Amino acid sequence: MGKRKGIESSIALADAAAMCRVDGISAYPITPQTHIVEHLSEWVNDGKLDAEFVPVDSEHSAMSAACGLSSVGARTFTATSSQGLALMHEILFIASSMRFPMVMAVANRALSAPISIWNDHSDIMAERDIGWIQLFAENGQECFDLTPLCFRVSEDKRVVLPSLLNFDGFIVSHMIEPIEYWDQEQFDAFLPPFEPQIRLDVKNPTTMGVVGVPEIYYETKMVHHDALRKAKAVVKEGFAELEKTVGRKYEVVEKYKADDAEVALTILGSLAETAMTAVDNLRKKGHKVGLVRPRLWRPFPDEEFIEAVSNIPVLGVADRAYTFGAAHHPVASEVKSVLFNEEKRPKVLEFVLGIGGRDVKVEEFEEMFMKMIKVKDGAKPFGIEYVGVR
Amino acid sequence: MTKKKDPLKLTWKEIPLGFVHSDYMSSLKNHTGSWRSERPLWDEEQCIKCGVCAMFCPEACIKEDENGYFHADLDYCKGCGVCAQECWTGCITMKAEE
Repeated sequence: MGKRKGIESSIALADAAAMCRVDGISAYPITPQTHIVEHLSEWVNDGKLDAEFVPVDSEHSAMSAACGLSSVGARTFTATSSQGLALMHEILFIASSMRFPMVMAVANRALSAPISIWNDHSDIMAERDIGWIQLFAENGQECFDLTPLCFRVSEDKRVVLPSLLNFDGFIVSHMIEPIEYWDQEQFDAFLPPFEPQIRLDVKNPTTMGVVGVPEIYYETKMVHHDALRKAKAVVKEGFAELEKTVGRKYEVVEKYKADDAEVALTILGSLAETAMTAVDNLRKKGHKVGLVRPRLWRPFPDEEFIEAVSNIPVLGVADRAYTFGAAHHPVASEVKSVLFNEEKRPKVLEFVLGIGGRDVKVEEFEEMFMKMIKVKDGAKPFGIEYVGVR
Repeated sequence: MTKKKDPLKLTWKEIPLGFVHSDYMSSLKNHTGSWRSERPLWDEEQCIKCGVCAMFCPEACIKEDENGYFHADLDYCKGCGVCAQECWTGCITMKAEE
């Protein structure tokens, strides 16, 4: 077992990527992701990592170069945030449709305008449908552990899709935390050398990125969707193997004190840890409250989520992004549609919070739980509550 | 891509990974000449045999003959006129197909 050390989460994530023995990195710096690629450039510059580091002029180019690196069979890594992720938009679909199993770390940050460098989930929610595997890490240790997990799942012959690891900008990315490093041997055992399933090779010529005329385009989308849906089983296998390797248990749907809960909250990202403190405080007062968080966001683990919440009378859903003009915001929209046809399902109450780095305190979570308890006790369910907005 | 089955009749379960096309050079089967409404004609009096036309041809279908003059392969020339636009001496004119 590796050493536990106090280190910034971004640096730990970069170290994890380097210890995955990545062959190619292309990236453009953007706050609050910059430390990751800066640190990786040091690994390469210092001769400690035998990788091609491609500095580029924009995130659009970063993702394009990442596709190029992956197409020749390189284990490829990149990282971005917010506007950078948005600028990658069109290439993100290409990376997944062309089945390039790269990994990208995304330090979640609000989108402009107005300019905000602070954390919410509007960047990733705008890229929900890019066809990548998408996971959420809530702290630095999870960033470290889930980086090799992403490569393992992406490169699996049954998957061959890119993965995207979300973690909250600044709140996680710049936090110095005690993080237990894996040994290099553990990385090598958990993540075998990359065996590309498709690659450009002059000895065996192929054409990548051909035209899909109306007679065949539809079928290519079907196979992509099917592969992403089936990736869930491989993620679960990877979590089991990760537990065997380092003893930490991960689930596609994480529960916290939810098994006997009468009200529970669904929330993604690091604010779940604040909500946990609220759960602990309310449990001490005798309230049966808990958390249910999908760690895996795409493919959405609907079966596991339904199972986790079916016995809970009232479920709150916290969104950290708007879906402008929609009746429901992204996580609530997902949760409600998943539950709609279930005979046994909780009442769903919706919250929007933590937008553009707005702090959400433990007491605010406690208030949210108390409102949910009132609904459980017979009060009329409310619509969307915008927590803390003036 | 399997050579037995018409690639446009594959079911979604038969789509090769990443829709990679392993039947390379198959674009030769696509006779883009059928799109053409104008064809390039070279005036060999003015041609300086520089080859700029061939260099710019997006279909790479302009070839040099044994005398050093250039001609388009009309199976693939789609009549875009790039060669005529780029020609240094203006020796290429586009003539409407009848």
